[in-house]
Amino acid sequence: MRTGWNIADVISVRQETGTARTLRLRLPGLTGHKAGQHVDVRLTAPDGYTAVRSYSVASALPGDELELTVEELADGEVSPYLVRAVSAGDQLEVRGPVGGWFVWDPADPSPVQLIAGGSGVVPLMAMIRAHAAGSGVATGTDTGTAPGYAAPFRLLYSVRSPGSAYYATELEELATAPLLAVNYVYTREAPGSSIPPHRLDAATLLATVLPPEDNPAMFICGATAFVETVADWLVRAGYSPDRIKTERYGGTGTTP
Amino acid sequence: MGIVSPGFFGRRRRDDPALPPGQYLTESFPVLSAGPTPRITPEQWEFTITTETGTVHRWSWDEFLALKQDDVSTDIHCVTSWSKLGTSWRGVSLDTLFESVESDLEFTMAHSYGGYTTNVPLDDLLGGKAWIAHEFDGEALEPAHGGPARLLVPHLYFWKSAKWVRGLEMLRQDEPGFWESNGYHMYGDPWREERYW
Amino acid sequence: MTIPPGGGQPGGADLVGDVQDGDYLDGNAAAGPLSEFFTVDVTDATGRCAHCGRTAALATARLYPNSHGLLLRCPGCTEILLRLVDTGDSVCLDLHGMSFVQLRRPNDVPS
Repeated sequence: MRTGWNIADVISVRQETGTARTLRLRLPGLTGHKAGQHVDVRLTAPDGYTAVRSYSVASALPGDELELTVEELADGEVSPYLVRAVSAGDQLEVRGPVGGWFVWDPADPSPVQLIAGGSGVVPLMAMIRAHAAGSGVATGTDTGTAPGYAAPFRLLYSVRSPGSAYYATELEELATAPLLAVNYVYTREAPGSSIPPHRLDAATLLATVLPPEDNPAMFICGATAFVETVADWLVRAGYSPDRIKTERYGGTGTTP
Repeated sequence: MGIVSPGFFGRRRRDDPALPPGQYLTESFPVLSAGPTPRITPEQWEFTITTETGTVHRWSWDEFLALKQDDVSTDIHCVTSWSKLGTSWRGVSLDTLFESVESDLEFTMAHSYGGYTTNVPLDDLLGGKAWIAHEFDGEALEPAHGGPARLLVPHLYFWKSAKWVRGLEMLRQDEPGFWESNGYHMYGDPWREERYW
Repeated sequence: MTIPPGGGQPGGADLVGDVQDGDYLDGNAAAGPLSEFFTVDVTDATGRCAHCGRTAALATARLYPNSHGLLLRCPGCTEILLRLVDTGDSVCLDLHGMSFVQLRRPNDVPS
């Protein structure tokens, strides 16, 4: 684990959606990280005022680089700066990557069910990328030997609209491989006219996720109310609470 | 201190003589939440003052509302750097509540539903400086802001204005409350920026 | 001057000031501030609530980020497990809400 505050160089930035941006950082001395970890970012104003926020790592890169995807919140103090003001060549103070709980361990042979609400997809994307890299799906990577790389992955992604979904093209590509399935639930605006937009409900959830008899490792990330509700539905349906790991964030707190 | 982030200013701070040092102005009323919000009905609610002799002065909700009510307009300053100017409250002055209380002690500990505590010298509660407030902006005080009633000691940082207050305990000597025992200042004067030990 | 630590929104959204009343996060988000005290990730460690005896990973505790400091509460009884206050010049950690913290050694380290 990397401790203390370190200076990261912003290498590149790219727009992910209308309100979210991905920052690629280089942290000299970093040698990879666990999929699902986060970093703390500290901004300091000229008068010494500081603000600290945590952001999940989205990438699964082996070296000293990592990517964060940051959603801009209207009243945010830090996110507008990261989404709009920062550019390649800037420096940021970063602590981490940290966190050893909400992480995917390739040594675990279990199938994996990921459930994302909105920007909660970020740490789950790191797991998908780590899994794809190790199972040889991603180009230019060595296939890992750990059993987790051969395990099936499934992502259920609840998002407002197609336009606000992160990583859509990449997920589409990765899902052509047999080990990854991606299911979307559009809550406000759905593509085409086949399924009208709707909130995730218990029936849809249980019909979509890996069944309890597969004993999947489950990771849920989203707003507090979303995570709370989804975890509750799963436990009621017979999934073991010990197999469900959650990561809540604040935000506007919409339920599924 | 680390590197300065060019173009980052954070929550705007501005030179306003009504703002203590290091504070920024907010129009909203931020809620700091250290735990689940206690839900106390007026029927369950009571307020007590406990003295060194073990005497407990006790007010039910109805008895409390029957006391002389003050309308208070005041600025409030939170140690997390926001200040809100010209807030309107209604409540009972601690002068009124202490009229019947006999005590030689100079310090108090405020106790809240939910377990929160904060220490305030008695001098800072008397002389028209503090209230038990149950209305904000003409409305019943919301649970998130400390309702049914909270202590209001606006000349000190707002963590001293204990939400969900249920009583005051007279103390022989000053003792730290919940945040004071973990880094926060024993007194908390915003104009002297007494944030931490 | 420093804002209270624990502004955690690992999902990527901005948090302090945006958390709804009573909202809490997972203990995971405390990993950064706690890394100032521990050389291993202590959110992955098991702690026992001194009040109700519930024993679980600190990552599963409830983190109240929008407060005067970082607070971890027991999901079983809501009592406080851990408090951390960052005053800028120092960081103060109060662990008296736990009767023990247990770390698991990595497999590759002989014990």
